[in-house]
Amino acid sequence: MINNDGKPSPQELQKRMDDIPDVWLKCPICGHAIYKKHINEYRTCPECHYGFRLGAKARIEMLCDDFKPLNLEVKAADKFDDPKYLEKLNKARQVTGLNEGVLSGIGSINGHKAAIGVMDWRFIMGSLGTATGEIIARLFEKATELNLPVILFTASGGARMQEGIESLMQMAKVSETVAKHSQAGLLYISYLCDPTTGGVTASFAMQGDLIFSEPHSLIGFAGRRVIERTIQQNPPKDFQRAETLLKHGFLDAIIKREDMKATLSKVLSLHEGGDQND
Amino acid sequence: MTKKAAFDRVLEARSNDKIKIKTLVNEIADNFIELHGDRAYGDDSAVYAGIGSLNGQPVTIIGIRKGDDEVSDADVHFGSAEPDGYHKALRLMKQAEKFNRPVITLINTPGAYPDVEAEYHGQGYLISQLILQGMQLKVPYISVIVGEGGSGGALALAVGDCVWAFENSIYSILSPEGYATILWKDSSRAREAADVMKLTPEDLIKQGIIDKIIPEVRTSAEIKQFKAQLFDKMEELRAMPEQEMLQKRFTRYRGF
Ligand SMILES: [Zn+2]
Repeated sequence: MINNDGKPSPQELQKRMDDIPDVWLKCPICGHAIYKKHINEYRTCPECHYGFRLGAKARIEMLCDDFKPLNLEVKAADKFDDPKYLEKLNKARQVTGLNEGVLSGIGSINGHKAAIGVMDWRFIMGSLGTATGEIIARLFEKATELNLPVILFTASGGARMQEGIESLMQMAKVSETVAKHSQAGLLYISYLCDPTTGGVTASFAMQGDLIFSEPHSLIGFAGRRVIERTIQQNPPKDFQRAETLLKHGFLDAIIKREDMKATLSKVLSLHEGGDQND
Repeated sequence: MTKKAAFDRVLEARSNDKIKIKTLVNEIADNFIELHGDRAYGDDSAVYAGIGSLNGQPVTIIGIRKGDDEVSDADVHFGSAEPDGYHKALRLMKQAEKFNRPVITLINTPGAYPDVEAEYHGQGYLISQLILQGMQLKVPYISVIVGEGGSGGALALAVGDCVWAFENSIYSILSPEGYATILWKDSSRAREAADVMKLTPEDLIKQGIIDKIIPEVRTSAEIKQFKAQLFDKMEELRAMPEQEMLQKRFTRYRGF
């Protein structure tokens, strides 16, 4: 509440203090406020089950019994030398502790082995650059070579504008390796995290044999602002939420983060054994 | 100044004088029959597709078109396809494979149509499937950027064994206006954006994004020239063992 003289009321001041992000986490979906120290180990909202965004390493720790990373050294080529872009890359590397926006490797989930990739939304909005694409492509190739399923957690604002058309080509490059993995009869689980949009949605995110998501994750192709600006439409609030996609038939299931590990190990075990692994 | 500014190329690629996809298709193919519908939801007239023959060889041709003598710009959202358009393209690609017909795509699109209904009907999903299917298509697949090649909506039909581009065409991750808006928060700097985006055929061929630049066609004689190039390439691909052709296609895209 704002007083007549334009200054915030004491109540308003208190409210602002309470909103200090270091102390409180506010659920972006239902508005529920959680005292940061009281957040559960899965970092989910107790009211609506929204999963707060996770960095790649945190996701791996939550999911894997053991994990051997691959291609950690791969990074964007020197030819991309725009100073502003380099600054963004540096900052992203500091925040994530990764050279690129995806952490990949071979891990096991309750004893089930899989090639696992996790995109990190903090790395220039999880954008798909040439090195990001390269790491994901190599993950699929490694999985094909080792006869392993792939689980890929996407979180991305789409193509990385700073790398131009070569970023667009990553959609084709990764798709090529998805195709070969699929031709070998291997399982690909695409796991769409908040947010998955643009060129990532229009390529490998939607190419999984199984496509899972987390409650209320934003998933879409065209951004809300693009739609508003281009065709003056005002999209409904939930038009790109996981629940809407599920209703329209584009997801196999929405899985609460608390159930992620159990669900994935169940699915992996259903694809093991029999003729396939002999 | 003799060298054209990149933005002039953008304007030429978007020009109303650009040859219409429908005209091009009907001039290069004999006995062309347009095929409609995605068998699931609808028929998007922005995707102009069907079967015909090229010097006697049956082909499937799939184009994305802007307004012409048959459809208005509004009908086809200025060349922006909807999910049922991409779904139709996917259906016809699979059909081409069944009948062992080469596929030719002719692209003139600023990008996939961005609206709420398109999101509900899986715009992203269908583009992803076209890329995946195109990559594995067991028949020769030639992609040509005729005018605008806008982002994922163009890439959906541009993963052929080779990708050609008309002299006055552009191919980019987004429009120069969009690029200026997103990276510089200033859409009026589109001219400048076009310069740094490397979206002209000369820039694209250097990067290996396209393989050949096609001179603009207007007259029947010029279209015949283009047709001859298409036919030669198609025959070259048809003569190749299937596995070798697919391996070459895979390698082309794996290299990026
Ligand atoms: Zn909540």
